[in-house]
Amino acid sequence: MSNPLTREQHLDLYYFMQLNRQLEERMVRLFRQNKIVGGLYSSLGQEAVSVGTCYALEKKDWIAPMIRNIGALLVKGVPPRDIFTQHMAKYTSPTQGKDGTSHFGDLKVRHIVSPISMLGDLIPVMTGVAMAGRYLGQKIVALTWIGDGGSSTGAFHEGLNLAAQQRAPFVLIVENNQWAYSTPVSRQVPIKNLADRAVAYGIRSWIVDGNDVIAVYNAAKEAVDECRAGRGPALIEVKTMRMRGHAQHDPAEYVPKKMFEYWKARDPIELYEKYLTENKIWDAKTKAEIDARIARELDVEQKFAEESPMPPPELAEEGVYCEGCHPIEASWQRPKAEVTPPGCSIEAGWELKDYGAFAEVEAIRKEITAPAVNAPAVNPGGNGAKVAKPIVKSGGKPQQKPPVRPVEPEAPEVPRVPFGRGPKDKSVREAQNPRDRHANQNPRDKRGRR
Amino acid sequence: MAPITMIEGIRQAMFEEMDRDPAVVAIGEDIGVYGGAFKATEGLIAKFGRERVIETPISETAIVGAACGMGFLGLRPVAEMQFIDFIACCFNQVTNFVAKSHYLWGAPVPMVIRGPSGGGVHGGPFHSANPEMYFVHTPGLKVIYPSTPSDAKGLLKSAIRDNNPVLFFEHKFLYRRIKEEVPEGDHLVPIGKAVVRREGDDLTIISYAAMAHTAMEAAEQLAKEGIEAEVIDLRTLLPLDRETILTSVKKTNKLLIVHEDTRTGGIAGEIAAIVCEGAFEDLDGPITRVTALDTPVPYAPTLEERFLPNTEKVVAAARELSKY
Repeated sequence: MSNPLTREQHLDLYYFMQLNRQLEERMVRLFRQNKIVGGLYSSLGQEAVSVGTCYALEKKDWIAPMIRNIGALLVKGVPPRDIFTQHMAKYTSPTQGKDGTSHFGDLKVRHIVSPISMLGDLIPVMTGVAMAGRYLGQKIVALTWIGDGGSSTGAFHEGLNLAAQQRAPFVLIVENNQWAYSTPVSRQVPIKNLADRAVAYGIRSWIVDGNDVIAVYNAAKEAVDECRAGRGPALIEVKTMRMRGHAQHDPAEYVPKKMFEYWKARDPIELYEKYLTENKIWDAKTKAEIDARIARELDVEQKFAEESPMPPPELAEEGVYCEGCHPIEASWQRPKAEVTPPGCSIEAGWELKDYGAFAEVEAIRKEITAPAVNAPAVNPGGNGAKVAKPIVKSGGKPQQKPPVRPVEPEAPEVPRVPFGRGPKDKSVREAQNPRDRHANQNPRDKRGRR
Repeated sequence: MAPITMIEGIRQAMFEEMDRDPAVVAIGEDIGVYGGAFKATEGLIAKFGRERVIETPISETAIVGAACGMGFLGLRPVAEMQFIDFIACCFNQVTNFVAKSHYLWGAPVPMVIRGPSGGGVHGGPFHSANPEMYFVHTPGLKVIYPSTPSDAKGLLKSAIRDNNPVLFFEHKFLYRRIKEEVPEGDHLVPIGKAVVRREGDDLTIISYAAMAHTAMEAAEQLAKEGIEAEVIDLRTLLPLDRETILTSVKKTNKLLIVHEDTRTGGIAGEIAAIVCEGAFEDLDGPITRVTALDTPVPYAPTLEERFLPNTEKVVAAARELSKY
C-alpha cells in the first residue's frame, strides 16, 4: 500500500468510504420503514472501488456510474441528500422523482452521466464523451464501471472496440464483484481474469485488489494519466465481492457461506483503518472526529429528504422534449479553426502498411512445408548466424517465434456451481478439478451425466 | 438554381451545417473515404477532415452511443445507419438511453440518426424496411420522413439544429428518382408541420415519403373521374401535425391513409384514432387504409409489388370511399 498521497488525501479516502457505507446503512433502515419507493442496491464491501477509482480523477473529468457506485458520486461532490431523495422519489431529488436510486446525472457542473439499467450501453456513450472532450481540446478523461455480468453484453464489446480504434481517453473499470445477480463469474465467462479481454482490443489492462483502496487508487491514477497523455484507452479489473444480495429483496442464499466469510475478513474499510493506524496516519481521536462529522452531516441530509414533498402529479407530463430549457453550448478549449482543413491536414484515403498481413500466412505455409527443424533449410544470411527457423518479415519487424500458436483456453478455477443445484450442495463449497466436476456429485443425481 | 436530387439535398444539408458550425460532426460506417453506401457523405472528409468525419467499426450501438456522449459535451453529431434496417441493432441505445435522457435527468441529446429506408428497389427483407413506428412509439424522439429534395434538405438542417434526438428517414427509392429546385440560402423546413400538396373537396389522402408521390399520382387519376382529393404529406411523424389532419378532414369529410409501412401498428391506426377523437361527427364514410401487407418485405419483384401499395390500389380505395 505504498503511495504518494498526503495525510489529507488519506483521510479523504476514509471519509468517502465511511460516508458511502453509513449512507447506505441509513437507507437500509429507511427501506425497512417503507420509505424507499423501489429497490435498494447495496455496495457493501465495494466502497474502495467506487472511491479509489473516482478519487484518481480531476474535477473536469467525466464519470458514468453503475447503480452501486454511490461512493463515486460522493467523491464527485454529490451531496448525500441527492441520494436519499432519489431513493425516496422526492420532488427535491435531481430527477424530481422521474427516476430513482442513483439514476441521475449532472452535465454542467460535476460531469456525471446517469446510469442505465441495461448495463454496457454507457461504454459507447463514455467513449463518445472522451472523443468529444479530445475534439474540443478539453484534456479530459472519461471513466465508467461495468460488472462481471455486464462484461458479457454486446455493448461492452462495441464500445470498447470503438474506444480502442479511436485511442480514446477512456478508462473502463471492470468491477468484478463475483456475482451477476445469482450467477457466479465462473458461469458468466470461461476465463479466470476479465482483464484478459483487454488483449483482444489491443489496450493496456491492470488487475487489482478491489478491497485495497490505495491499490485501486494507484492503478486508476496510472490508467487515468496514461489516457490523459494520449495512450488510452485502459481497462482495470478490480476483484472484490458483493456482500449483500442483488438488492434488498434478495437474501443471496446462493452464495457459499465460506465465500462471505472469506471476504468479510477482507472488508475494505477495516483493512484501510488498520493501514492508517499502522502507518500512524491517524489516531483514534481523528477517526472519532471523522465518524462524528459523517453522522452529523447525514442527520441533516436525511432530515431534508424525509421532509421533502413528493412531486406534483402534473410533472409527469413535462420535459419529454428540450424546448430550449437546457442550453447546448460546447466548451472549446482549442481554436475552432484547428478541426477543419486547412487547419488540419487530411489524406482522404487509406494507408495500409502490410496489405492484410499476408506475410503471416506465408510464414505458416513455409513452416508446414519446411524440412525438419535441424536441417539448415533457410539461410538467413549474415555472419554465420545460428538460426534454424525461418525469419519472417511481418509489419516490418523480424519475428523469431512461429507466427501462430495454438491457443489453449485456460481451465477456469473453482468455485464451480453445477447446473440446477442450490447452495446447499457440498460441491459448491469445496474446490474441485473443473475437468472432473461430477466427481463429488450425489450418485442419485443423474443430471449432467452422460 | 438547378434542380437537385434528394440525395444531393441531403449532402448539401450536411455540407452547409458542418460549414456553419464546427460542433457538427458526422459519424458512421464507410462515410469517409468511400462517401457512404449511397454517397450521401461524398466529399465530406476531403472538406472537413478525419476529426469531423468519423469512420467507425461496424457497431451501430457504439455509433449511436458515442454520438449521444458527444451530444452531452455540446457537439451535434449526425450518425448514419448504412441502411435504416440496422437501427434494430442499437434499439436499446436509442429507445432507452437517448430518448429518455432529457425527461429523466434533464440531459438533452442533440443528435440526428439518418439512413436510407423503404422498399421498391428489390433490396430484400433486410434492406427495405420502414421501422419508423418503433420510434414514433418512443417519447423523447422526433421522427422525420421527407418526400422531396427540398424538404429533405430543409428538414435535415432543422434536425441538426434541434436540441432533441431526431430520427431522419430517407426513402432510398426517392434518392435519385425525383429532382426539384431547392430555395437558395439557409433553407430550413420546420419540424412537426405537415403540408397540403394538393387541395380538393371530396376526400383527404394522408401519406408520407414515397407514398406521398403515389398519393399524388392517384389524385391526378381521380381528378379525371371527377373526384377531387386533398393530399397531405406528413413529413414529420413525431410530433404529428394533428391540426392539419383535422382541418382537412373537417373540410372533405372522408379520409384515406396510405403508407408503405406494414398495416398493423402503422401510423394509419393512430391517425384514425385522432380523427375519431377530433372530427368524428364530420366523417361521412369509414376511415380507409392502403398499406403494405403484414409480412416482411419480400425480395422477388412480383412479390414486392404485391406487398407494396401502388397507385391502382389507392385509386380503387378512393373510389370505394367516395361512394359514401
